[in-house]
Formats: sequence, structure tokens, C-alpha cells
Amino acid sequence: MTRSLDLTRRLLLGASAAGVSLAFAGRAGAQSAAGPRNKLVVVIARGAMDGLSVVVPTNDPDYRPLRAALAIEDSLALSDGFGLHPALAGLHALHGQGQMRFAPAVAIPVRVRSHFDAQDVLENGGEGLRSQTDGWLNRALAATGGLKGLSIGAQTPLILRGASPTSSWSPGGRTGAEDRLASLLQDLYVEDPLLAGNLAAGLQTEAQAMATGGETRLGRNDVAGLGQAVARLMTGPDGADVVALSIDGWDTHVRQVGQLQARLTGLDQVVSGLRTGLGESWSRTVMVIATEFGRTARANGTAGTDHGTGSALLLAGGALKPGGMIGDWPTLAEPRLFEGRDLAPTLDVRSVFKGVLRDHLGVDRAALDDRVFPTSGAEAPTLSGLV
Amino acid sequence: MSQDSKTLNAAIAVTRFGMGARPGEIDRVGADPRGWLEAQIRPSGAPVAEGPFPSSDDQVRAYLAYRQVSQDRRIPRREAGAASQPEAPEALEGMAMQGPAEPSPADPRRESRQALTRTANAAFLARARLGATTPDGFAERWALFWANHFTASATKFQSAIFLDAYEREAIRPHVFGRFETLTLAAEQHPAMLLYLDQAQSIGPNSLAGQRRNAGLNENLAREILELHTVGSAAGYSQADVTEFARALTGWSIPAPRDGAGAGPGRGRARVGAVAAGRNGFVYRPAVHEPGARTVLGRPYPETGLGQGEAILKDLANHPETGRRLARKIAVHFVADDPPPGLVTALERAWTTSGGDLAGVARALVAAPEAWGPAPAKIKTPYEFVVSAHRAFGSEPRQPQPLRQALVAMGQVPLSPPSPEGWPDTAADWAGPDALVKRLDWARTAAALVPDVGPSDVALSALGPRLGERTRLAVARAESRPEALTLFLMSPEFQRR
Repeated sequence: MTRSLDLTRRLLLGASAAGVSLAFAGRAGAQSAAGPRNKLVVVIARGAMDGLSVVVPTNDPDYRPLRAALAIEDSLALSDGFGLHPALAGLHALHGQGQMRFAPAVAIPVRVRSHFDAQDVLENGGEGLRSQTDGWLNRALAATGGLKGLSIGAQTPLILRGASPTSSWSPGGRTGAEDRLASLLQDLYVEDPLLAGNLAAGLQTEAQAMATGGETRLGRNDVAGLGQAVARLMTGPDGADVVALSIDGWDTHVRQVGQLQARLTGLDQVVSGLRTGLGESWSRTVMVIATEFGRTARANGTAGTDHGTGSALLLAGGALKPGGMIGDWPTLAEPRLFEGRDLAPTLDVRSVFKGVLRDHLGVDRAALDDRVFPTSGAEAPTLSGLV
Repeated sequence: MSQDSKTLNAAIAVTRFGMGARPGEIDRVGADPRGWLEAQIRPSGAPVAEGPFPSSDDQVRAYLAYRQVSQDRRIPRREAGAASQPEAPEALEGMAMQGPAEPSPADPRRESRQALTRTANAAFLARARLGATTPDGFAERWALFWANHFTASATKFQSAIFLDAYEREAIRPHVFGRFETLTLAAEQHPAMLLYLDQAQSIGPNSLAGQRRNAGLNENLAREILELHTVGSAAGYSQADVTEFARALTGWSIPAPRDGAGAGPGRGRARVGAVAAGRNGFVYRPAVHEPGARTVLGRPYPETGLGQGEAILKDLANHPETGRRLARKIAVHFVADDPPPGLVTALERAWTTSGGDLAGVARALVAAPEAWGPAPAKIKTPYEFVVSAHRAFGSEPRQPQPLRQALVAMGQVPLSPPSPEGWPDTAADWAGPDALVKRLDWARTAAALVPDVGPSDVALSALGPRLGERTRLAVARAESRPEALTLFLMSPEFQRR
């Protein structure tokens, strides 16, 4: 990001404070910038991903006693005394190339153990429940002015809901925007802006998917293929710049080991599919993999874990700055556990998000502190050096 | 009241409260839409789909047989958690990657598993056909609302095989009874006990807990507090969750050795005396955490099975429960942001009747705020598909196309993504991709409908709700499929 662009954004943010809609005011500035734009993919792992199995604290003497049979013994070595779950071989290879980093103990700003409340906070970017009705990634789009947002799946997740128009896509569509029906429906929807806007956006994305991928028929478990299909929607002049993707099924109360193996394998395939599909754009890409909270430090009575607090966050992408652990390790020593049962967070997850948004997408600091993550300036300072 | 406004209310009754109009239905409801709705509020509950389908007792037997087959074939594995097949790797929300990855062919485990799933698919189709044909559309949607409130999901195989029996045995009979009764039936059903891991929860100081390294699972206790009853506004703590989880230990489903008395070996502690309840529920004293408990400041003495039941009843009758449910009903039936007067009226009906759901349903029907002419709700994919069949006077005949349609539109049959159930707002169901998938399905459906007059279909399904713009577009379309597609995708049909 050049300095002049940054200045342009400052001006636009000033304009927005005066009441001008950012979504439109910013468009000219960013869109006209020459050269390819940076890409951001945010993966939400729904159901509370067990950070202690993803980024394994191999050097922590309390890990094995607490985890017993759930302890991951064959993790792939990272830096700083940690290892990566063996199902994440692709991500581990990226780490070796300086393209993957980890924060072992992050959390959202409120302490709740409800999935739904915690997902809302993770995605609304506020300091509490229902403090915002739109998502931080949507507000970040507004602040960048003109970057294109896309979610994968029929439903738009909260993180990407809001005033900035976005699209969504999943495999299997057959109708394009050029269709006669599409224009007839636009006439029917003149008094229903929700249906009009969303159908138009959906058809446009579908047309793009057809143009770039032809007949995309993905096998039902072809996760890598899905990653590549998403990557195609991110390339070309109309490609999406910011993508939100949900992977669910991390609520491992029972028989955790097998479930995690399946989920993490899928996650690793998504990453490798995206990397392959993005080609040279990978060098301008950052992926953020986050979850609403972690799980209990101890194994429970049913070979699983219950709702906890601190969890791991992963960053991947060719645009990352190489480096080790992000944030501190609180240790699993009994007195350090949060409420005697959870990994204690050492870093507000918003600090990581803000670091990526500022240094990768060029979102202005004032916008980050006041609008994208309201009143977060003191509590969650923007992390430097990630990108 | 003029004839027109009477017909408008009939159209509202059939679409907003019901499952959409079948040909001629608006006229039949005509003069007395409130009477039509009230007549469906019956103490016997909501109708069930034509069977026969296996009861939960049958399914428990089939499930235990399946587990036996699985165990016989189990290859010892190093990982503690690989004791059973990992859950379906349908990793990506909203993707058409449903269903577990099946083991290799000619596998008795697979056959056993498929037999269980076949029943579930057939039962889902039967339920959709009931929705498409029933004259009691309000009772149907009221039942679906409660089934979704007490979500059990096929995202877990163990609960998937009980979902049909669950809705038929634990939900539908009680939806016009007391909320307390409905709650107890739902929480003690195998579908819920398996979905939220209660069946395996063991009191650490119980007879069974002392014998082996096993323990508490707090999932069901937490979701009852958070989602099924009082909600977070009641201000419960982690200690309340744990205490409630302890009280619930012993709530389980039958095991192969039950009924044969205390057998030899490691099963002994688990077996002990087992008290069997309805619908395949059993209570295992040997697994129950002994002692008195305190939940939300209220003490509960040790009464075994009765302890958890007493807490559950108090939660069901807690004022916060009535408050939450009043709002949730208003959101479901009337608007994403419902009129405060309606919420108040529902809460009052709830409170004064002690959670009598028939009284609450009557209050919903009686509330003037529920009858505003402008439709605010977007239909869910299931409501959309079922109401389209109703409009055409048809019904779904094959499980697979129905399933594919719902998967594409983001509502995988019987598989809400979390214990919170299906979401219920326009933002959840009318996103860009979802609308594209609706259009795809509408085109397919419109092309398959036998010769019908599109204008007649539109008028019959929407009555006075049919707007001039849509009426003209349907009339001017260049082909019958195009006309019917426009009708299905019209704002009047997408909303209710």
C-alpha cells in the first residue's frame, strides 16, 4: 500500500465522519488504484475448535497430564515449542516457507461459553453481545472503499452482513445474470430492495463462476476442489477481494480425536485448494482461521472436551511476514488456567484482525479503532509486523 | 368487514400462520379465518405423518444392533477417540456435502447404517407430504416451530436415526399442551439425549464413575439453560450449568445388557437397576451423581431421576422462559423485528396460563398485530418448497430431489447446524446465493408441473395478496414455465 493511497483513505474517512457513506465515497479511491489488489480470506471454525490440539504446546509439562488420551503425540514441529496437528501437513509446509503463523492463545473480548453468543461477538467485532448488528468484515469493506466481499454458502454469515453490498456463492447454480428471467424478476422486485439487490448480486457471482470455471460440479467431499473454485472467484478483474468461509463441526464433546482428524483434514484441503487456485495471487493473500472460543484444558469424561476460553488462531498466505508465535503462551499450569479449567487468553483476537486489516488491506487506524472494531483502541491495539 | 378484507384475512391466515394455500383453500377458509385457526388448536396436538414408521423403542433396538455390528468389526486403533467412526465430514456449512462417508461396500456395518438412514429419509418425505396436503396448516407450522426450538439434528448420526420418532412422539403430541410437559418429553427423548451427549454423561462420584475413568458431560444442561428455557438473560453461571449437568446424570438410553439383571464383568456398574420411561428413555441410578444440587439459587434435594426433572420443570416455568418464547414466537410468525404489543400479549398469555401452549396459540391468533397486511417474513426453503407444492396441488414424491433442493438452498433436511436450530430471519434465508438456488429450483419445479393455468394458480395461492405487478408479469410471460417461475419467485410468494 502506497502512502498516497493511505492519504486518500484518510480524506475519505473524514468525509464519512461528516455523514457521507463510506461504501460509495471510498469506491473511487481504491478501485482506481492501479495493479492487482490484496486478498483476504477469513475462515470461521464454528463450534469451538480445540486450539490445544491444533497448535500443540509440546513443551508444556502440563499438556499431557491434562489431556491424557486426547494429547496429540505426533504433532509436526513449529517454532517456540509448539507442534501442529498431523492432519495439517499442508499448513505445516507453509510454515516452513514462512507462510504460516500461529497465535496459540487468543480470545474474543467477552467471556462467554455459548457458541452462538461467542460467534456473534467474533463476527460483529464489538465488545459484547448484540453490540453491533453487522459484521466487522463488512465494515472493513466499507472502510477500504470498493473491495468486493463474498461469502461461501447459501447463507451470509454475520461477519459479512451489513451495509456494504456483498455476494455469496455455493456450487450447483445454473442461472446467470444475462438470463431473461433475471431481468423480469428485477421488474418484480422494484419495491423489494432486499430481494432485488441480493438476487442481482447472486446472479452476477454465478455468471462469474460459470465464466471462470465452466460447469463446476464438485464431488460432495471435494473440499480442495471447493477451495479452487473459491479461488477462481477471487481472480480476474471482477474477482472477490475479501472472502468469508465457514467450516462447522468443531463441537467435540465426545470422541474428539476422530472428529478433529476429519475436520482438520478438510481445513488443510481448503487451504491447499485456495493456494493452488490463487496461483500468483497467493503472494498477495492472507488467510485468517479463527474460532469463537477454545475448549476445556482437561479432557472430559467422554473422550472429548467442553466449552472453554482461549484457543488458537492461524494465519496463512504468501503475503505474511515470516515469524514465530503471535502473542504469549500463558502455560497450562493449574494457577494460570482461566477459571481453573480453560486455556487463558493472552491476546484479543481483534488485535490480530486489526493488524491484518491495516497492513494488508490498508484500513486506516482511526477506522479500525472507531468503526470496524468500535472503541477497541485501548483494549485491542493493532498488532504490527504480521504482513 | 367487507368481503375483500375477509378474503385478505383468509389469505393471511393460510400463508402467515399456515403452510400456504392449496387450490380453493382461501375461499374455503373465507368467512372465518380466526375460527379456522382456532379449530386446529387441539389438546391431542398436531397431526403426524402417515406411517407406519418405527417407534423410538424399535429404533433403540436397531441402533443397539448396529452398534454391535460396528464393535464386531472394529479394528483396534491407537487413538482413544477413534472408538467410533468420526462424524460425517460434511465440513463446509451450506455445501452439498451432507451425509457420512460410507465404508467400503458389502459391509454389514454400512448396511445396518443405511437401513437406519432409509427410515429417516422416508419419514422426512412423509412429513413433507403431510405439510403439502394437510388442511391443518397452522397446527403443522406450530409443530415445526417447536421441533426447531427443541432442536435435535441429523448432523450427528446417533440422533439422526431418532429424529422422526422424536418429532412424532415427543413434540407433536404436546405442542398444544403445557410447555413443561413438552420440555420434559423433548429432553428425555433418545434423539436429544444422544444429540447433546447426555446419554454418556456419568457422575464422577456415582457407582459407575468410581469404577472407571469417566465423567460428566455438560452439553445438554447448558443448552437447556441457554436455548430451550431461560436463556442468558436469566444470568446463570458456569456453576449452575455444572450443577444441572450433575442432576441430569443417569438420563440415558437402553444398553444391550439392560433388563438381564447385573451381568458379569465391566458392565455391572453401568447396568444395576434401570428405570425405563416412555419413548426409550431409561434412568440409571448407578450413573447418577449423588447429592443435593443448587441451580439458579434454588436447592434440590437428592431424589434421583426426580432431581433433574424438578430443575427442568422450574426452568420451564421461569418467567424468563415465557419472555424468550413470546418473542421467539412473534419473530417466527409475524416479523423479524416483531411489534412489541404482540410480544407483550403473548408473554401475558404465557404467564397467566402457566405456559399453556394452546392459550399462547390462541393469543397469537387473537392479536391484531399478527394480521398486518404487509408480509414481513421470508419463507424458509422448506416452507418455500412445501408451499409451492400446495400452490400446485401436488406433493413431493421422491426423497432425493427434495433433499437436493433443500441442501442447495441452505437447509439440509433435519440437519440444523447447531443446537440453536434453523435461523429465522430474512438475512438468513434471502442471501445472494440462496436466491439463485431458489430460482434454479423454481425453474425446475415450474417445468414439471402438469398443465395448469399460471394466472389461476397465482390467484388461488395468493388471493388478494397477489399484487398487480406480479399478476401482469405472470399473465404476460412467454411460456407456462416462465409464468410459474415468476409466480414462485414473486415477492408475494417468497414472503408470508
